[in-house]
Amino acid sequence: MADVLRSDVMLAFAVMTAVTVAVRLGGFWLMSYVPVTPRVRRMLDALPGSIIVAAALPVAVNGGPVVMFAILAAIVATIVLRNDFIAVIVGMAVAAVARAAGFGG
Amino acid sequence: MTSKLTKTPAYWSKDAIWPGIVAIGPMLPGTLAFGMAFGALCAQKQFSLAEVEVMMAFVYGGLSQFVAVQAWPDHLTASSIATLALLTLTVNLRFGLMSASLRSWFGTLPRWQSYPSMLLVTDGGWLAATRYRDHGGANAWFFVGGGLVLYFLWLVAAIPGYVLAEQLADPKKYGVDLAMPAFYAAMLVPAWKGLRRAIPWGVAGAVALCVHWLVPGWWFIIIGAISGAVSAGLMPPDDPMRESSHG
Repeated sequence: MADVLRSDVMLAFAVMTAVTVAVRLGGFWLMSYVPVTPRVRRMLDALPGSIIVAAALPVAVNGGPVVMFAILAAIVATIVLRNDFIAVIVGMAVAAVARAAGFGG
Repeated sequence: MTSKLTKTPAYWSKDAIWPGIVAIGPMLPGTLAFGMAFGALCAQKQFSLAEVEVMMAFVYGGLSQFVAVQAWPDHLTASSIATLALLTLTVNLRFGLMSASLRSWFGTLPRWQSYPSMLLVTDGGWLAATRYRDHGGANAWFFVGGGLVLYFLWLVAAIPGYVLAEQLADPKKYGVDLAMPAFYAAMLVPAWKGLRRAIPWGVAGAVALCVHWLVPGWWFIIIGAISGAVSAGLMPPDDPMRESSHG
């Protein structure tokens, strides 16, 4: 087949790759010019939680009750069992079972 | 997350490869499921398997790939490629924040080691590595070992999905869309250091929700994340003794 790798698709992928590589390397590079003051230290320390909440909360709210309940189940599983692996399985299973039982979202 | 422990400079020692892989272990089922769902989506969108693998290997950003393929135009033009590039940028800008935070760890390594390592930055790999670093870890293999496993799993995950596209047409049926949020939620629990430390999370969440409602696209991730971090910087230090002992 002639169009196994279409050239226009490859061009689009190349642009997407360039953007993503630039972001991954750029943050690291820019940080060499930022002195790590206590204030910057506090910002970096808050980063993991901030990224998680900013990325997941709108998706959860948009996803409706099933998604929110499944995430809640994953949090409870983490607190009780202290095991990330089981927490992910619990979250996925709760959503799959709820949807199989006819709950939308 | 805390910075109580003295941060030692990065070094390479193979004994952190396995702990690094164990730390990203909880990500593996989700990554596999997510990659399979992506392969299935690409099959429906008439991409060839070779094209899918090129995208897996080079773009290497799960959410951005998903979003781009869902928005893929029927005919690629200069302007539609620019739109895809902007979409990719907004979804992936968070990787820049993540690699920036790794500067204090990987910054002492030679450039030919540190910059290629940054290509492995993903949500899960970075979160696990950050947790390790907060506990005083400095072995670069912890991040790179786990990162390489995630990368190669991601590479192969699309193949069964592509082949089984008919059966996987609805990934939500298996809760695949919950793999990432559930992992995120699990990572949030050990990061909990009391209500005060969680105020920036609340800011990040509130800003992200507002941006999500007001601005089309995926700007909410990066704007919410930056808002949370900035609010943490604006708050007065909660432990002046410790803060002043750091440079």
